[in-house]
Amino acid sequence: MAQAATHRFRRRLLKALHFTGLFLAMSVICLPGLWIVLNSFRPTVEIMAKPPVWIPTELNLDHYRAMFGGIGQGGVPVLTYFQNSLIISVTSTVIALLVGMAGGYAFARYRFKGKATMFVALMASRAVPGVALSLPLFILYGRIGIIDTHFGMILVYVAMNVPFTIWLIDGFFRQVPKELAEAAEIDGCTRWQAFWRVEFPVARAGIASAGIFAFLTSWNEYALASQLTRSVNSKTMPVGLLDFTSQFTLNWGGMCALAVLMIIPALVLTFLVQKHLIAGLTFGGVKG
Amino acid sequence: MTRAKLPPWLVLLMPAVIILAAVVLIPLLLSLYSSFTAYQLTRPETLYRWIGTFNYVKAASDPNFWWAFGRTVLLLTIALNTEMLLGLGLALMVSKVTRGQRALRTAMMFPMMFSPILVGFQFKFIFNDNVGLVNNALQSLGLTDVAIPWLVDGQLALFAIICAEIWTSTSVFAILILAGLFSIPQDPLEAAKVDGCTAWQSFRFVTLPFLMPFIYIAMAIRSLDVARAYDIVQIMTNGGPARRTELLWTLIGRTGYVDARMGYANAMGYISIFLAIGFTVYFFRKLTAARVSLGMGD
Repeated sequence: MAQAATHRFRRRLLKALHFTGLFLAMSVICLPGLWIVLNSFRPTVEIMAKPPVWIPTELNLDHYRAMFGGIGQGGVPVLTYFQNSLIISVTSTVIALLVGMAGGYAFARYRFKGKATMFVALMASRAVPGVALSLPLFILYGRIGIIDTHFGMILVYVAMNVPFTIWLIDGFFRQVPKELAEAAEIDGCTRWQAFWRVEFPVARAGIASAGIFAFLTSWNEYALASQLTRSVNSKTMPVGLLDFTSQFTLNWGGMCALAVLMIIPALVLTFLVQKHLIAGLTFGGVKG
Repeated sequence: MTRAKLPPWLVLLMPAVIILAAVVLIPLLLSLYSSFTAYQLTRPETLYRWIGTFNYVKAASDPNFWWAFGRTVLLLTIALNTEMLLGLGLALMVSKVTRGQRALRTAMMFPMMFSPILVGFQFKFIFNDNVGLVNNALQSLGLTDVAIPWLVDGQLALFAIICAEIWTSTSVFAILILAGLFSIPQDPLEAAKVDGCTAWQSFRFVTLPFLMPFIYIAMAIRSLDVARAYDIVQIMTNGGPARRTELLWTLIGRTGYVDARMGYANAMGYISIFLAIGFTVYFFRKLTAARVSLGMGD
């Protein structure tokens, strides 16, 4: 009897520990983000208040109004940055997907000499730190005259995204049985037709999630963008965040508002594809 | 003359290779060349002044460089190991939950969509000595009544940076390890239970070996963008106070753009590139080995 009681007690204790641990972990994960969102609605006086105001007494849209109206500290042209970010990210994602689909298909369907080496070489090219790459790119772009242009940024982001896109898409094509495409070819399709009619539709969801990953990478990138963009011509939002800082002060409220604007598209896209994304990463890695 | 027919895989890979050659390989060759010259951004003619390995020798004998190098390695070691352990713990906890697990998994991905620069600002705000969340909370709870200068003190600043880095990347590990936990076959676990293994033993000898490939995938993915820590550090402390949080990447950026000594910066850049690539290749090889041991290889 006593043994059963201690057993039950231990079980309950474990359960309580489990719950507490999970709760703590989740709070740590979620709170910093929620704090930013909350602060974007609070007046600056309250953010700076000493002693701190824990329960907000007043929420308003002042920071958003200032941000979109381009008024306030320095007048940050947020909408232009948003537009730049959108153009650069979308275009580079589309190109990276096309290039990545070709490459991923080659890795998934053909056997050739030096495949493993080539794969690691591709990955290694992605591992080059942005700062180290930005130095020579800065010199080259300066010479060619494509610094501070959309074209220049798109080119860089395509190159940055291609290796990872190939890795993901390779994994998705491997999940499509080879026999499916072969059957289509026997039925009189060319390899090209077999690809578009059979293999592509099956792997489509996975390819979409690879695209979203590429989009997020370019949407969030800073190290290269901070050196290769100069003005409203091509400045993206991560670089634009710095406009809210001046030498000694930081406009926390305005920055939080821009941060929220940056996160929302990322949030929506990530939630749309989370299932495929995890599947892609693990299949690509384990079964590759 | 007949046109040589290229194998289809080469044609398919060609666009990727061309783009990477143009945007990564050629610039890197240029920077390799310029690392042997006295190139200064403000004086273009210096690009042709060949000075041999002078820049490398200079870097190797510069204590600032070695401090930055050591600190980078230290930061990566601490951050990656902690992230791995926390991610494993989190994944195990979430996998035991039966109700509302989907919502938990979704919430777990939250930090992944934050731009590193945003994380930098966010934690700069949180660790702000005057209005930051951490100090406000500590003071309200009565644990301290002084404003702890988180980002001004060297040791504390490094700690704050590591916190920010761990916050962003733990979820990558947690999510991939969780995917691994779901793919583990149940039979060996039951067999272990029948044979009288304790919970710890069955975790150590059955679950963990199955998880290793997933841990290596996570490591490999992380190794592809370890340099993202640059953004965080750049914003939080910019290498300061007094170089106490200077990492290789911030040192390179400052030497190249602020001091305009491109040749020297490129020489240091090359060292950081080799560090990053070595890291990536190491984890991809580990990944292949783990795969083979599970019988999932090619």
